[in-house]
Amino acid sequence: MNEGTTTSPASATQPLAQPATARPSPADAVAPRVAPPWRSALVVLAIGAAAWWALPEQLGLLTRIAIAALFVLSLDLVVGIAGLPTLGHAALFGAGAYAAAIFALRVHADPLLGLAVGVGAGALLAVLSGLFLVRYQGFTFLMLTVAVAQIVASLAQKARDWTGADDGLTGFTMQPLLGRFAFDLEGRTAALYAVAALAVGLYVARRIADSPFGLAVRGIHENRARMAALGTPVRRRLIAMYTLAGALAGAAGALSAQTNAIVGLDSLSFALSAEALVMLILGGAGRLYGALVGAAVFTLLHHTAASINPYHWLFVVGGVLMAVVIVPPDRAWAWLRRRLGGRT
Amino acid sequence: MLTLLSNVLIDGMAYGMVLFIIAVGLTVTLGLMRFVNLAHGAFAMIGGYAAALLTREAQWSFWLALPVALVATAALGALLEAVVLRHLYRRSELEQVLFTIGLAFFLIAATNALAGPQVQLIVLPPLLAQPVDLGFRTLPAQRLLVIAAGLVVAAAAAWIVARTRFGIWLRAAVDHPDTAATLGIPIRTVQCASFAVGAALAGLGGVLGAELMPLEPYYALKYLVLVLVVVAVGGMGSLVGSLAAALALGTVETASKYLASDWGSLFFFLAMALLLAWRPNGLLRR
Amino acid sequence: MAAAPARGPDVNAPVLETRALDKRFGGLHVTRQVSLALQAGERVALIGPNGAGKTTLVHQLSGVLAPTSGQVLLDGADVTRRSQAWRVRSGLARTFQITTLAPHLPVQRQVELALFEREGLTGRAWRSIDAYPAIAAEARELLARLGLAEHAGWATERLAYGEQRLVEIALALALKPRVLLLDEPMAGVPQGEGDRLLAALDALPAELAVVIIEHDMDLVFRFARRIVVLAEGAVLADGAPDAIRRDPRVREAYLGH
Repeated sequence: MNEGTTTSPASATQPLAQPATARPSPADAVAPRVAPPWRSALVVLAIGAAAWWALPEQLGLLTRIAIAALFVLSLDLVVGIAGLPTLGHAALFGAGAYAAAIFALRVHADPLLGLAVGVGAGALLAVLSGLFLVRYQGFTFLMLTVAVAQIVASLAQKARDWTGADDGLTGFTMQPLLGRFAFDLEGRTAALYAVAALAVGLYVARRIADSPFGLAVRGIHENRARMAALGTPVRRRLIAMYTLAGALAGAAGALSAQTNAIVGLDSLSFALSAEALVMLILGGAGRLYGALVGAAVFTLLHHTAASINPYHWLFVVGGVLMAVVIVPPDRAWAWLRRRLGGRT
Repeated sequence: MLTLLSNVLIDGMAYGMVLFIIAVGLTVTLGLMRFVNLAHGAFAMIGGYAAALLTREAQWSFWLALPVALVATAALGALLEAVVLRHLYRRSELEQVLFTIGLAFFLIAATNALAGPQVQLIVLPPLLAQPVDLGFRTLPAQRLLVIAAGLVVAAAAAWIVARTRFGIWLRAAVDHPDTAATLGIPIRTVQCASFAVGAALAGLGGVLGAELMPLEPYYALKYLVLVLVVVAVGGMGSLVGSLAAALALGTVETASKYLASDWGSLFFFLAMALLLAWRPNGLLRR
Repeated sequence: MAAAPARGPDVNAPVLETRALDKRFGGLHVTRQVSLALQAGERVALIGPNGAGKTTLVHQLSGVLAPTSGQVLLDGADVTRRSQAWRVRSGLARTFQITTLAPHLPVQRQVELALFEREGLTGRAWRSIDAYPAIAAEARELLARLGLAEHAGWATERLAYGEQRLVEIALALALKPRVLLLDEPMAGVPQGEGDRLLAALDALPAELAVVIIEHDMDLVFRFARRIVVLAEGAVLADGAPDAIRRDPRVREAYLGH
């Protein structure tokens, strides 16, 4: 891969397209302001709650979408904002999943505590691996993330007593959320829990992305030499962002463990990392809401196509992915944003 | 003990050679066109499938089926490159990743639709099934063929790159892409031809490695990581690097399969991480 | 200069100094025993034929490259082992010969980023970038001073090249440096766009020590009070512009320039 080239559009503060020779309009004299962070979280909460209420048959799917969205959101912080290409993000997800499951099994089965444990596990693995990984860039970095993830997966397989290896880790039942809302068989509690967690995660991610720290990380993505010339401690910032992303990924993993009551080795797999990356590119990297859109669209696509034929669904997905590159979603989203008169 | 060691070395070399032969196309594409082709594994799969179908269904001789399968794979590669993929060279890496993963998915689905989900077996000629006595030990002939094929590919690639006009064009296009065109080098021909040859070699690897890496529809993505690892450790665009990396890592993986199978691929990826951390730009570059 | 042990900022010490700075790349000897001293407010031009090692020298001053031997001192303190970030925080800023900007960030955001970095605020991950009115105001003021106010909202990649070079200078100035290294600020700037750059250079703060690498001799003689000529990595001549202009060795080094 080209070392140092930027990935797809990275900045939420990117102004609307204009020809370079146009007379600057009064609007261009002012840099665009960022939207308040609660706005997108509220939108997600509203959509999620509406879906929860309107589609009681599809709550399992809703839960899966919310968890995927949170996972891909965390990936966006790393890939879209920090510009670090990774195919090992599942390691952070799986770390959170196994940590939450082991906690529920051996210590205490309270969901929110388990969620916190998952967050911690994801963050811990991220900071440890990040310290090593940020010394590298581009294709080398990418392959090292694969290595780290596969090493973690191999260790999980070896530690059969803790993780159940190929059989998966089961046997834990989550206690009622907040002491009142039991995890029912229809998945009503699980779905709202996942949607709420996603909304909180989006709020946190938004605040981070729109902070001076987020701006600096974006700057590192677009031009590392420039940021170094400004005095930025580049590696420290990247490790910090990677750790925050790890926390969110760990949260997604914990949610998955708790709502499914099982964790398997697939939560650490290369396939999961690749799938998340596909979802992110599909929705558009760097803007956070693109992660949610990509996760939702891909999960729905997979769900509908797979229920028709487990093997032929790949025709549809493969075709969609190729079509999306030929007609980039970015242009469609930019058009949509112009029509709606602003950004989230 | 000595038998174990020699088994590990022989099998490791064979495995490494398979990875190398498949990796050649990918490292040239990455180094030459700077194009991330995650559908490369599909060429290995298609070559293997073609050979399997020709030997089993059409009952052709292996020695006839093999070159035909390779030519077919090369043709498919050339077609894809000329019609579709060349338009993506200027797109961002993430877009190339997305497209080629989509292509791989599509080819997986197509393979399943055409040939079903079961593992494909290639009918080997009796010659290859025999053990060969080398004096100090006997080997299945198939292993010898794989190792020999790898050496031939490496030698041929080295000769082409160093001694032929095409090789000079190739090197110029890799090292100085902008000036190469102005010097009159037919860049498009070089790109398409390299891609086709890479695809054919991948197909060869798919055929030779069918025992170690069974041919089924998900093959296209399942072993891609291993090939990417070889390319990364060896250094993008470096054929010698890929050979060294493939042999080293192939031996590590085989040794760990023999000696520590419950650790899975841990040692493979650990070795890979250490090698890459030590030489981030490839084994031969500082 | 008498060699004094580094004891921290010393008001009598030169603001930037090198002592026998030497750099080799394998067999290539690119910097040969360069010793220079810069006082506050000095305007020095660094000139020399192509390949003389000017940019390599600036890389060693700013911390991008480590010298093979020799020292770099800021305010009398030895910074040779210090990172680029450290030197920036100690008051050394530079611009790049090839425009090095974040292409998609709007101009104002990029200047704000420089200000955030200067104030040590880029570790803050919670408050919005719009919640710092002082930073925004200072950014606007700096852009206005350089004539870039109209382009505050433009992504930097869409500016004219001359304006991009101005942004480079804006970012360096935002850091409130005491030493500014300008690496060919006029390089690649089309004819009509140079005036604003020249005005910006004229308006640089008086107490700022400036080293400017340039090939444009008109600019050099207009701007510099002192010229250092570098040839084949070594200092060939160091003195007032008139003396340099008459120096036969300089004319010879340039071969007819």
